[in-house]
Amino acid sequence: MSYKHKIAARAALEVQPGQVINLGIGIPTMIPDYLPQPGEVLIQAENGILGIGPRCCGGGEDRNLIDAGANYVTLAAGASCFDSAVSFAIIRSGRVDVSFLGTLQVSANGDLANWIIPGQMTPGIGGGMELAQKARRLIVTTAHTTRDGSPKILPRCTLPLTAKGCVRTIITELAVFDVTPQGLMLRELARETSLDEVREKTGVSFLYPEGEIPRF
Amino acid sequence: MIDKTLPIEEALAAVRDGHTVMVGGFGAPGTPFLLLDHLLQQGVRDLTLVKNDANEPGMGISRLLEAGRVRALIASHIGLNATAVTMMNRREIEVQLYPQGILAEKIRAGGAGLLGILTDIGIDTILRESRQLISVGGREAILEPALRADIALIHAATADRAGNLVFARSARNFCPLMAMAADRVIVEVEAVVPTGSLDPDGVHLPGAFVDHVVVLDQLTPDYGVLPQHVL
Repeated sequence: MSYKHKIAARAALEVQPGQVINLGIGIPTMIPDYLPQPGEVLIQAENGILGIGPRCCGGGEDRNLIDAGANYVTLAAGASCFDSAVSFAIIRSGRVDVSFLGTLQVSANGDLANWIIPGQMTPGIGGGMELAQKARRLIVTTAHTTRDGSPKILPRCTLPLTAKGCVRTIITELAVFDVTPQGLMLRELARETSLDEVREKTGVSFLYPEGEIPRF
Repeated sequence: MIDKTLPIEEALAAVRDGHTVMVGGFGAPGTPFLLLDHLLQQGVRDLTLVKNDANEPGMGISRLLEAGRVRALIASHIGLNATAVTMMNRREIEVQLYPQGILAEKIRAGGAGLLGILTDIGIDTILRESRQLISVGGREAILEPALRADIALIHAATADRAGNLVFARSARNFCPLMAMAADRVIVEVEAVVPTGSLDPDGVHLPGAFVDHVVVLDQLTPDYGVLPQHVL
């Protein structure tokens, strides 16, 4: 299993039956494959669908039916379609229970930076700010470090923020952290890693439970 | 009986140099590709476009961008169009980016006869540096002025001759909002049905918001399933 699938599989366990969830581009789009009860969750796509089903393959694509990442999708039973204002009313009014987003940087106090690298990458804002600020729970799914090995989990984000203090949980291929008032709390460790490796690859110190740390 | 159908060239004759033009679509669905292609042939320039995204290179509004017809683009996310990003970085076009739902609400407000909206989205980010801030009941808010346009170009699945519209699946997106917010609204449709045959409860946009209906004889490959997005 690639590290991305490992993160997606672990992230899927955070979803409860009956919830409305939104999936950002990248790793989050793999989460539906691992949902324990896929029929019991409504997946929102911010381009105007509540209740998307599995991604489409094998020639059954509907040219009018894409998710916000431009992937062809299907509709689940109970789906509805609507305009962009309604779609973001769902988000900003707190009807999205869990938003999963990737990130460039995340800080120990839950600040998120995932939309711009000044002078290098400015694809735009999209729905990220509204999801980060208004989803009931924001879970970041990300590789633990950047491609050159530097930490993405930092004391403070150095890139411009998407939103302040919005992240509740961070899931990487090595660890699951919760952002708590006391600081970053390690909840689980991946089977293949050690506390020392996670310490070394995390840019900020963190708390961890006493005794055996649960593994995933 | 009202009949808003018009040949494509006559409908687009309303578009002038320097106009602000709202263009429906989120990615391909809802994008009026044929209206845009005819607009390109027609030669208007110095346009300000409002669209969620910039389509993809060689498609939709990107053809207008690539031909140098666009002065400014107001959008939410242009990451699927590397050409547009390059033009923005070289300052060949002026780009204003908004959070997607805030762009939708600015347009909705423009269409609803309102002057603007108040929001806390982006209040803790660099967006605040270029925004008007006001206090609402002790809370800090960004004042976003409403957005209107001279022209809206949108795509719908079906219309009747009175301009009542029905959209398909995720092709609705910004189309009805933009139709409410422009002085002149041109819709291209895949099918036109006799007035009176649409179920009034199933109309997505009332015909009062539509000026011209252009009936498409056939769809170009831009409207089809795009191979680059197939699994």
